[in-house]
Amino acid sequence: MPVSEAQAGRLSLRLKSTMESVAEVEAAAEKLAADAGLNEDERFHVAMAAREAAVNAVLHGNEYDPAKQVLASFENNGKSLVISVADQGKGLTPETIPDPLAPENLLRGTGRGIFLIRAFMDEVHFRQLNPGTELTIVKHLSSTGDKA
Amino acid sequence: MALTIASRVVDGVTVLDLSGRITLGEGSVQLRDAIRGLIGKGEKKILLNLGDVNYIDSSGLGELVSAFTTAKNQQADVKLLNLTKKVHDLLQLTKLYTVFDIQDDEASAIASFK
Repeated sequence: MPVSEAQAGRLSLRLKSTMESVAEVEAAAEKLAADAGLNEDERFHVAMAAREAAVNAVLHGNEYDPAKQVLASFENNGKSLVISVADQGKGLTPETIPDPLAPENLLRGTGRGIFLIRAFMDEVHFRQLNPGTELTIVKHLSSTGDKA
Repeated sequence: MALTIASRVVDGVTVLDLSGRITLGEGSVQLRDAIRGLIGKGEKKILLNLGDVNYIDSSGLGELVSAFTTAKNQQADVKLLNLTKKVHDLLQLTKLYTVFDIQDDEASAIASFK
């Protein structure tokens, strides 16, 4: 079981580097979006973006290392849904991620996760930790429905 | 819901009826194994019926692409049938709509392999 902490509408989870943790992050994001009254498409977008962030943390960041943890937080601040996922891995340089829409990359089997996160959320912020990366994704409640 | 795969043959085309999620850890490996198994047996015409797949993550999209390229490398064809709206939207967003032969009617899809 993850260590969880709920403070004034903010849920924090300390998770193992496993696929079960990915599912927990996805479920928590889905609940956050549902509780905020988002429609089905918007809930899908938020939950999938959170899932992709968690996959990055578990798979690419911590590389399933049982000694490393994933920290995830979920907050509705009244204006936005804010989800953060942090790993303890080697760090990620988002500028180096190839554009998955470029013709030469269309047939690659990987590299679409960050692209989907950017497509589905209103803000995406990377912060380098020592060690690791924190990815914060934001959905503005006032703008929901504006994006496909 | 994990991915389930049922296989049937219609007029020489192997149809895989997929149901559930195609995601990292839940369906990607099953799909990969199913495709490689068919290709390994020499099947050249494969139709993936995605009518009951309502969730694909980036890993699942990658697996579909891998299925396509694996088939092409063996002079086989993998086509997609009956996309749900969510999957359709994902393929459009990622421009994979331009890669795959996507059909919305099984009879027409079967005929398109001839």
